[in-house]
Amino acid sequence: MRTTDDTAIYASLADATFQAYRDSVTHLPADVLVVIRKAAAAETKPVARNEFANILKNIEEAERLHVPLCQDTGIPVTYLTIPPDVPLTRDLYDAVAGGIRRATREIPLRPNVVDPLSRHNTGDNTGKGMPAIHVKPGDSFTVTVFPKGAGAENSSRITMLLPTHQYGIEGFVVDTMLHAEGKPCPPVFLGIGIGSTFDGAAALAKEALLLPVDRMDDYEQEICNSVNKLGIGPMGLGGDTTALAVKVKTAACHTASLPVAVNVQCWAHRHATVEVKRVR
Amino acid sequence: MSGDVVQLHTPLVEEVLSLRAGDRVELSGIVYTARDEAHLRMQKDGIPFDPKGAAIYHCGPVVQDNRIIAAGPTTSARMNELSGFLLDRGVRALIGKGGMGALVREQLKNRGVYLAFTGGCAALASTHMTLKGVFFPDLGMAEAIWMIELDHLPLVVGIDSHGNDLFEAVMRHARQEFEQNKKKCEPMGNGYKE
Repeated sequence: MRTTDDTAIYASLADATFQAYRDSVTHLPADVLVVIRKAAAAETKPVARNEFANILKNIEEAERLHVPLCQDTGIPVTYLTIPPDVPLTRDLYDAVAGGIRRATREIPLRPNVVDPLSRHNTGDNTGKGMPAIHVKPGDSFTVTVFPKGAGAENSSRITMLLPTHQYGIEGFVVDTMLHAEGKPCPPVFLGIGIGSTFDGAAALAKEALLLPVDRMDDYEQEICNSVNKLGIGPMGLGGDTTALAVKVKTAACHTASLPVAVNVQCWAHRHATVEVKRVR
Repeated sequence: MSGDVVQLHTPLVEEVLSLRAGDRVELSGIVYTARDEAHLRMQKDGIPFDPKGAAIYHCGPVVQDNRIIAAGPTTSARMNELSGFLLDRGVRALIGKGGMGALVREQLKNRGVYLAFTGGCAALASTHMTLKGVFFPDLGMAEAIWMIELDHLPLVVGIDSHGNDLFEAVMRHARQEFEQNKKKCEPMGNGYKE
């Protein structure tokens, strides 16, 4: 049976999920805006400059009208941090799903979630195993909503390289973008997961996208430069910037393995984190 | 490529044949949204609007209370194999993002153009739109055919009716670049074959 405390946590988490979804789809994080504006200012190709002009105007209009930046309001990916005094129960999962149903009705979001085989649309952006909810222990109680559009997600790839083929990582990332062409709405952000296991590398790649994108280390910058040499540019129409940033996250792996995953993200790199209010 | 913006209004006529890849245009008048499911349905049940001079918009909008809330383009390449019957029936423009394949490039020759709108710019698009009606609403919000009146939507000609294709030219260059750099990073004498 649900206690009064549980009910309060359920309501707060559902509310925080709703707020985070609304924030994420209507305006972009500050670090994302910084890199888009920088690339727009540096672009030299006329067609690409027009694409950037539309992107910057779109960001303004979404903010002004309080509407989603993109009609593909994504598939709901969420990350929770749970402090020691909050029990991890089924209720927390239900609360996140509840927040997403409300977001779908009220923001509104496009109902995107379907059964993978029958293609039946549930109409409320939840379904079997969806939303994706990733839980980690933390000091504060937060929910991050990271809605992922299909154009970019469909261009993502994973490979198991030979452990002696570290040099192949950069080539795999560049080749992923070569196959993606203009489909993932470039200029893109690329999250790279290196190590862990087959499934773990994919999870790392997605988490890498949540790292600050307005700074890159030398390795990330080198991969980013190689991707940009392709010249695919905004929307595949050609231009100086194909990747706005590359972010790498690693984990230990088997001595005989080198898993590498690339999670592609469109320029509209939407995510927001909200602290869950605690009533005491 | 000229710096001027060409004004177009649906239904489109032969004027689209004079457009060149890279030209900027602003499109006004009625367009019809259609994604994968709508194309399949039209092939089965027929086209529910007059296709002559029509423009098809690859888009699954967010609609609320009979208003377009957000309506950017979807990835056109998914419709690569599904577009021929529309052009056969007189459709003059396909609008979307990311470009289309060689088949569509051929099908557009002497008939119509592919117009690109900036992916993700759904809020901006909605400020140029008025919702006028819907066909096949049973397909759901994303897949139904929405009849939308455009007011000067800014687009670029991605593929013209003469076989010029901005996307294809960009990717040809990208593949060359990739092949050149790949050779540099491959180690000597490696026996591993995928």
